Amino acid sequence: MEAIELEQDQTSQVDTFQPVPAVVSQVRKDTPDTFTLTLEPEGAEPLPSFLPGQFSMLYVFGVGELPISISGDPQEKGKLLYTVRSVGKTTHALVSRKVGDSVGVRGPFGKPWPLKAARGKDVLVVAGGIGLAPLRPVIYYILRHRADYGRLVILYGARSPRDLLYQKQLDSWSRLPDVQVLTTVDYGGLSWHGHVGVVTTLFRYVRLQPLHSVAMVCGPEIMMRYVAWELEARGLPQGDLYVSMERNMKCGVGFCGHCQFGPYFICKDGPIFTYREMRPWLGKYEL
Amino acid sequence: MTGQVLLDTLRIHPFTEGFTQEQLERLAGLAGQVRFQKNAIIFHEGDESSFFYLLLSGSVVLEVTAPGRSLRIQTLGKGEELGWSSLLAPTPGKQFQARALEPVEALVFDGARLRRACDEECSFGYAMMRSLLKVVASRLQATRIQLLDVYSPVKSPAGA
Repeated sequence: MEAIELEQDQTSQVDTFQPVPAVVSQVRKDTPDTFTLTLEPEGAEPLPSFLPGQFSMLYVFGVGELPISISGDPQEKGKLLYTVRSVGKTTHALVSRKVGDSVGVRGPFGKPWPLKAARGKDVLVVAGGIGLAPLRPVIYYILRHRADYGRLVILYGARSPRDLLYQKQLDSWSRLPDVQVLTTVDYGGLSWHGHVGVVTTLFRYVRLQPLHSVAMVCGPEIMMRYVAWELEARGLPQGDLYVSMERNMKCGVGFCGHCQFGPYFICKDGPIFTYREMRPWLGKYEL
Repeated sequence: MTGQVLLDTLRIHPFTEGFTQEQLERLAGLAGQVRFQKNAIIFHEGDESSFFYLLLSGSVVLEVTAPGRSLRIQTLGKGEELGWSSLLAPTPGKQFQARALEPVEALVFDGARLRRACDEECSFGYAMMRSLLKVVASRLQATRIQLLDVYSPVKSPAGA
C-alpha cells in the first residue's frame, strides 16, 4: 500500500473549481440521522488522495454543494468516505443518494491535522458528535504508523447512546495496546452501561503528559471551547492544541470570503487551527 | 484497611488535595470502608441517606426514573465523590438513585459526624468546604454544558 506524504499539498492535484463525477458505491446508516457514503470514480479519472482533516465540496446535482470532511482511511486509494448528518435540504439530499447515483466532488481542500508535528508524542483525540468523522482518518493514520507516536487516547462524547458513531470500531480500537478509548453520552437510558456525562468529565480518567502531547479536537464549537479550557487547565500549551473549525464554506480556496472568521478563511487557512490562533475569536457573537 | 493504608488512600484521592497531615488524620478517623456489588442500589431516590463516599474503584451511575422514562444522567468513578449533599445540612431526601454499575469500593463517612467535625475545627472545616466547593463547581459546570445540548442539530444559515 502506498504511503501518504504528510507534507504533500493535495489541493494542487486537482482543478479546484471543476467537480469530478463520482458514483455512490455504498451508503451505510451510522445513527438515525447520520450516514456514511462511499464514493468511487465514475469514469477513468481517479478520485484524489487526501490528508487527514481535509474536506471536499460535494455537489448534489440540482440541489446544492456542501463542504464535508473526509472520514475514511487516507491510505485506502480509489474511494472516499464521507459521514454526513442530515440536518437540512442539501444534507438530506446527499444522504438520500442511492448506490449508483452520481455526486460531484471538488477538493480535497484545507490544512490537515498536525500529524507531522505530533510524531513522537502522545496524541489525544477529543471528538463530540459527528466531530469524530474528521478525526477518524487521524486514528487510521496513527494506527498504521504506530511506532511514530506515543499513546493514543480517544475521548468521544455524543448526545445519547444511539448517536455514537463507529461503535464497533471504537470497541476494536479500545482493545489495542497503547490505545485508550473512552466514550460518554450526555443522557443514557437504563440499558446504557457506559459513561454518562459531558465529554470534559472524561479527562479525569486520562493520564496526560501535557508537555509531551498533542490534542486534536473536533465537535460543536461550544464543546471545543470547554475542552480547550480543560486542557489548558491541565497544562497543555495552546500551540499543541488543535481544533477543527466549521463555517459556511463555498469556494473552498479562499476566494469567495463566505467562511471568513476574523483574519482567517476557514477553507484555506483551516479548517484545522491551533487553539492559540482561534482563542481570540471563539465565542464572539458577531463572527 | 490499616491506619497507614487508609491515610495513604486518602492522601492520593483528589478530594483531599491541599489537606494537611493533621486534616488527613482527622478525616481518616471518621472513615469506614464499604463495597457494593454490581447493580446494587447505593441509595434510592427519596432516601434520607446521610452518607458521603469517596470512590476508590468501580463506577456508580445516578439515575432518575419517571413514568415511562428512565434516564442515566451521570457516571462517577474512581477518584470522585458521591453524596456530597450529606456534607450540608440535612436534606429532605436523595433526589437521584445511585446504582453500582460494576463492583464498587469506597470510603464512607457519616454526614452528621463530618459536619460536627467541621464545626469543631474550623481549619478542617475550611479544607472540607474548599474541596466540596470544587466538587460542586465541577458538577455545576458539567450540568451547564449538558443543558447546552451542544450536539443538537443546528441548521446552517444556508439551510444546508
